[in-house]
Amino acid sequence: MHELGIANSVLEAVRTEMARHPGTYPCKVGVRVGEMTAIDQEALRFCFEAIIVETDLESLELGIEVCPRRHRCLACGHEFVVRDYDSRCPQCASLETVCISGDELELAYLEVEEYGTSSVGEKSTQ
Amino acid sequence: MERVALEKKVLSENDRVAADLRARFQEHGILCLNLISSPGSGKTSLLERTLESLPRQDRVAVLTGDIQTENDANRLRRFNFPVKQITTGGTCHLDARMIERHLADWNLGDLDLLLIENVGNLVCPSSYDLGEAAKIVVLSVTEGEDKPLKYPSIFFKSDLLVLNKIDLLPYVPFDIEAAADNARKVHPGMEIVKVSCLSGDGLREWMDWLEHRRRQHKALLQETAS
Repeated sequence: MHELGIANSVLEAVRTEMARHPGTYPCKVGVRVGEMTAIDQEALRFCFEAIIVETDLESLELGIEVCPRRHRCLACGHEFVVRDYDSRCPQCASLETVCISGDELELAYLEVEEYGTSSVGEKSTQ
Repeated sequence: MERVALEKKVLSENDRVAADLRARFQEHGILCLNLISSPGSGKTSLLERTLESLPRQDRVAVLTGDIQTENDANRLRRFNFPVKQITTGGTCHLDARMIERHLADWNLGDLDLLLIENVGNLVCPSSYDLGEAAKIVVLSVTEGEDKPLKYPSIFFKSDLLVLNKIDLLPYVPFDIEAAADNARKVHPGMEIVKVSCLSGDGLREWMDWLEHRRRQHKALLQETAS
């Protein structure tokens, strides 16, 4: 259960980023989670929701994009999604392939809204 | 509504500390290895057998992580190498900051090899870089040969699989070739050694791997320095 630590890191990053956007509040944060990262999506969402309750970020939404494991063939250059751990190139059958994604745990984006432009219960700082 | 691209790692703070540790290990010529397994697979036993067979003057130290107790450190101190216990107090993995804190009063100039025994857990430790040169995963034959498929992350990220407790093979329905195949499905080309920390079988192969890795690391550092 390290998803709580991950959720905390996401929230810290949001707070750091928000300092650069005065006059706005965050609506949604997007993270990319590779399927090889051992992060459980549901647990991450649960932890995230638990730590924002009754804070100023209570309305913050979490977007999770799961990234499949992708390999590139060293023989023919073909890039493909690895299914059932079969990392053989589907185009030329070479076993010489390298992983190019599926291991990411990244902050992708943050959606911010100016105070007063939305009805989502935020008070103006003006 | 404005969308701001962030494009940074979620664990960037941990990764920053880990990168700093890695640079310090490199500066002092230290090979750092991070041992990961489920609880009870034999990480501590493997370390006991390792310390036992290393020459007394070898510049080796161990950090061992657990949620509670000093038990592992006490077991490992018998070999007169510097050993420090990291008790996480509940956290299911070690992170880079814990390593940094526990190294604070050791002189890194006195070390060539740092062995880190992670908290027994096959899942969470795989997400946290500790500044190591390689992760090593230990799997014992009482755990089932499909573990690499069920917990792919750690097998994917580890350079070496140590299959431990092979002395029990006659008594358990464990297909050791299937286990090796499964590990290589997740991590093509993965190196595997089969050992019994109890009988000593296969330990020569493990020590050879370690020795080879140490030589390789030293050569690499010299190359980067020149």
